[in-house]
Amino acid sequence: MENTTLDHLPTGRKATVSRLLAPQGEQLRLMELGFIPGRTVSALQAAPWGDPVAYAVCGAVIALRRDDASRILIH
Amino acid sequence: MDAASGPVIALVGNPNVGKSTLFNALTHLNQHTGNWPGKTVEVARGRYLYQGGTYTLVDLPGTYSLHPGSAEEEVTRDYLLSGEADVTLVVVDATCLERNLALVLQVTAAAWPVVVCVNLLDEAARKHIQVDLGKLQALLGCPVTGAAARSGRGLSQLQALLAETIAAPPPPLPSDPPAAGLCPCRQAAVLAARAQEIAAQAVTADEETAHRLDRRLDRVLTSRKGGIPVMLLLLAGILWLTMAGANVPSALLSDLLFGLREPLRQLLEGMGAPWWAVGALVDGVYQTTAWVVSVMLPPMAIFFPLFTLLEDAGYLPRVAFNMDHFFHRAGAHGRQALTMCMGLGCNACGVMGCRIIQSPRERLIAILTNAFMPCNGRFPTLIALISLFFTAGTGLWRSLWSALLLMGCIVLAVAMTLWSSRLLSATVLKGLPSAFSLELPPYRFPRLGQVLVRSVLDRTLFVLGRAVTVAAPAGLIIWVAANVTIGEQSILLHLAGLLEGPGRLLGMDGVILLAFFLGFPANEIVVPCILMGYLSAGTLVGYEGLPQLHAILTANGWTAATALSVLVFTLFHFPCGTTCLTIWRETRSLRWTALAIVLPLAVGVILCSAIHWMSVLLPV
Repeated sequence: MENTTLDHLPTGRKATVSRLLAPQGEQLRLMELGFIPGRTVSALQAAPWGDPVAYAVCGAVIALRRDDASRILIH
Repeated sequence: MDAASGPVIALVGNPNVGKSTLFNALTHLNQHTGNWPGKTVEVARGRYLYQGGTYTLVDLPGTYSLHPGSAEEEVTRDYLLSGEADVTLVVVDATCLERNLALVLQVTAAAWPVVVCVNLLDEAARKHIQVDLGKLQALLGCPVTGAAARSGRGLSQLQALLAETIAAPPPPLPSDPPAAGLCPCRQAAVLAARAQEIAAQAVTADEETAHRLDRRLDRVLTSRKGGIPVMLLLLAGILWLTMAGANVPSALLSDLLFGLREPLRQLLEGMGAPWWAVGALVDGVYQTTAWVVSVMLPPMAIFFPLFTLLEDAGYLPRVAFNMDHFFHRAGAHGRQALTMCMGLGCNACGVMGCRIIQSPRERLIAILTNAFMPCNGRFPTLIALISLFFTAGTGLWRSLWSALLLMGCIVLAVAMTLWSSRLLSATVLKGLPSAFSLELPPYRFPRLGQVLVRSVLDRTLFVLGRAVTVAAPAGLIIWVAANVTIGEQSILLHLAGLLEGPGRLLGMDGVILLAFFLGFPANEIVVPCILMGYLSAGTLVGYEGLPQLHAILTANGWTAATALSVLVFTLFHFPCGTTCLTIWRETRSLRWTALAIVLPLAVGVILCSAIHWMSVLLPV
């Protein structure tokens, strides 16, 4: 998969986190939750109105809103 | 360490790894647990005895890291750095070890000695995840033990290991924290890489099959088409069981308690007590307490255990996930749904629970709107009003219909919460939504027996406690107000007279409005206040139990429109005294506290006036 952001990952697909574009404080929070460059992340399922989306990362399930997911670069 | 409390053990871990369950299992205390991240917002302390020695356990709020980020993380970090603890116990989730290990690595760099407890081993086994505890211990360089705190497995080994570590701490790790001196993000990356390395060696699992059941459940419970209908069905089901199940015990309790009233009166009179003492005790204290117990206890002892089962299973974060879209559009945080669920139990708890929302703006929105959710003290009033004035049909249909109406009340409360959240974020609390993340924890099979017994007992004690501490003194005060006369009328009726005008404009009357004011310390006593107000007018004989309530109310001019106004005003008026105090403590601002009072009151006044004018213009 070419470079894109996490909010564009279709549900049921996997990708690798390449970079975080968020400001440092938020970057840290995302990393604590498991969105760390090099990690595999898969989009599990969108909420009833399409937002937020649940992602599997580091063995846990974390829901992010599309705005926040758009700050995570994946490949 | 001091002699009485013994060595101090700090309990640290990611949110929702079972710290509170472990804490309760060890201390035999009853800190509330629930399967969702952020349940513990305050530091809890407890003690246990092990081989003749006392140990103090400090349960710290769950945290993903020790980096300063949110209030909870600061509480945990400051506590660890204070050095009060003789040993730090890091609890980790066996089913999600890798991410948990990053915290372990941070803690071992900040505090020593450290003991690691790999919890939820039972759940990991079910998911075919194997953790090699020996290898983990070798790789981490600190003592490691395994446990399944929910079933009590591994606790004695843990106690032994803690005692051993306190008595003879292992040598500290070589002072080469792998990430010291780097910027926090680099540091986090280095720690995460190390955690990944350790997890890869100590854990064997098949990612695909491990979480299959969770994924399947989520595909139903949070799906695009099914998520919301299933949520409403679950709510309706719980409400139906509550309404249908509470009828009989409510009637039995009411018969029993009000049947004892006259013998009590005769007993007191026989002892030669003066009329006012008999009146104050029997018609004031006893009657109000009996009302609160018979009306409040049965529905609460059914609703909350059922709700707790859903909570224990891990369903509440899914509710927040399903509902986040609405909160996003209202400029609020999705975790507000969790604080609203807490508000159903008690608004003061809900307001405190708002600490799980990090952004100050979104937290304020959640605090200011929490009282829109009907709490423990108002819920049964809604149930009583619905079953007195708005039921239709018989048998099964009757209870289903009532449950649907009650659900309507809750949906209305949620809608008004969202609407006023939106109003706040468009006016006094303008701002962009903060970053949102919500962990959806694994589903856990609820501990049926334990949850039901514990929760029924808890609620019973809670309601009985409120009956004694709130209803009894309130009953005394109201009786005095209803029986001490100034001029021709009692104090109560004088006050009600003052409120008659505004009460009428809201589709109610002076007595009802006065009862809401008198219910400020506790909403439970609103209906008994109304009753005493009407009865003190002296036109009717004493209250004999629920069936007579309808007669008393209609004799005082109640119509369906009056009942509807009271229903709406019960949902939306000022928060109770305890909640107001909690709001002030959480915000430290009189202005925000005042707004938290005015906001629901304004909504109630607008809706009730609308109902009043509709009933005047469109007489049924």
